Amino acid sequence: MAVSNQITVALHEIAHARAGDKGNHLNISVFAYEPADYPLLAEQLTEARVLQHFSSRSPTSVKRYLLPKLGGMNFVLENVLDGGVNDSLNLDSHGKTLSFHLLKLTIFGARRR
Amino acid sequence: MLCEPPFARLRSSNLVNMKQDAQVGTLLVGCAAGGSGDRLDAARPIVDEFIERGLPSVLIFENLAERTLAFAQLAKRSNPESGYEPLLVEEVGPILQDCLRHGIAIVSNFGAANPQGAAQRLLKLAVELGCEPPRIAIIEGDDLSDTHGQQLLRPLLADELAQGTFVSANVYQGAWEIADALKAGAQIVVTGRVADPSLVLGPAIAHFGWPRDDWHRLAGATMAGHLLECGAQVTGGYFADPGLKDVPDLADVGYPIAELSADGSCIITKPRGTGGMVSVRTVKEQLLYEVHDPQAYITPDVVADITEAEIEQLGPDRVRLTGVRGHTRPPTLKALVYFEGGWLGEAEISYAGPNAEARARLAMEIVRKRMGNDVDLRYDLIGRLSVHADDKGALLGETSIRDGKDIRLRVAVRHDAEARIDQLLREVYSLWLCGPAGGGGVRTSKRQRLSNASCLVPREAVPAAFRFVE
Repeated sequence: MAVSNQITVALHEIAHARAGDKGNHLNISVFAYEPADYPLLAEQLTEARVLQHFSSRSPTSVKRYLLPKLGGMNFVLENVLDGGVNDSLNLDSHGKTLSFHLLKLTIFGARRR
Repeated sequence: MLCEPPFARLRSSNLVNMKQDAQVGTLLVGCAAGGSGDRLDAARPIVDEFIERGLPSVLIFENLAERTLAFAQLAKRSNPESGYEPLLVEEVGPILQDCLRHGIAIVSNFGAANPQGAAQRLLKLAVELGCEPPRIAIIEGDDLSDTHGQQLLRPLLADELAQGTFVSANVYQGAWEIADALKAGAQIVVTGRVADPSLVLGPAIAHFGWPRDDWHRLAGATMAGHLLECGAQVTGGYFADPGLKDVPDLADVGYPIAELSADGSCIITKPRGTGGMVSVRTVKEQLLYEVHDPQAYITPDVVADITEAEIEQLGPDRVRLTGVRGHTRPPTLKALVYFEGGWLGEAEISYAGPNAEARARLAMEIVRKRMGNDVDLRYDLIGRLSVHADDKGALLGETSIRDGKDIRLRVAVRHDAEARIDQLLREVYSLWLCGPAGGGGVRTSKRQRLSNASCLVPREAVPAAFRFVE
């Protein structure tokens, strides 16, 4: 096994994502470009890690739904939008740009595309 | 000119097909808008494609984001003639004649707060274009803004209604009244608030004749509607990431068409000769868009489960969705209630060149001191942090690199009193004169906000119905 091929890569290189809001909650779906990378995402993109990654936005919970048939997963981050479109003072009160915050994470052991 | 009732044609085509193999043939549904303010030239290529293919076809426009309807309610309050989609004529005018001539039904929530007003405007438009007046049905029962509606909501949202200044309330209606209107011969169906996917499910029910408890098929067409409801978001819009996810010709992106089958599955495609693309990836991203639990996507019509769904590329710009399952629809309907939400003020000023970020941060401190501690202010250093930070400024405080060379300070404030908003706008304006060196490009704005609350209403309490508008 060529261990030297296994490096840490940006999630952005091996997966794509889209965010959507519901009130003060946000969902971000993440899909591996290559089905072979899905198990790595399932292993390393844990609820705890995503909660930590968004800590500056203080989500009260992160729930992950795995979608193996689609090679991806859906994260639901609760109360992460400073009140969302009702109350937030953020330019992006919907949190739609936060999909690319998630994509800043790194994954170990993937092959570069 | 010939103005054929679309579903008369659908019904006769169904009968022909049923004689052949008991399976009703394909229904095409195209979506030419994913929100009020979306592109106005999206419908033409879809309608051209419908005409060329000659299959039973329905055109939908999704024009009602959550807040759009509350603002429409306010517009109607100040002018009872308004309250429907302000660009209705621009949206429908270019294709109305062809839709009526070729039996293409139009279904849309562009009625907003005033479906009757939209229907009357469309009747006038048809006459202006030299068509026979079309049969237009409106769906009613979603608006709970009157006294009766508020009484209904009071036990469900007691605190919110006691504290807030009520603006409007609408309940999400479903697909069955749309289907009934089409079966009764409507050429155009105008709704207020219905669940977005119901705009697709309604025509599918009318076409295929599915029974009310055929949950899997209802769920399949519901998810087709979900894929369509945001327009180009399934055909390459909101998808491109140069070098990783390249999309051809987004300037001319084609809006989606779903080929619905009698088994509840669908193929997503787009008009020939348009930009954008339909791929497994574009469809996956949109399938999960604004979805929380993939096992329970709840609409008024069904609870859809996409955990076993499969997405397959059949050819260029042709992607099939199968395997959606459905469960019994919920006993309640969701109502969104809007209240006055105070004022939002925003003001910006730029600093560039040497020491720019330090000057911007100094400007921030000056505004903070001038405004006092009794208002909620948010600061962004655009060029350093503009959207990913929090309202409280924790991340901005932690961001230690301070060498930004082209920084735009944004200050935002919310308050119930307009005077406090005006004060902030003046404080940023006066940075021209009293602030750090080299500031420029001040812009200020203020607007009234709306806030909302939701509740679940027993569906028997809020029946919907269609009627024709003469």
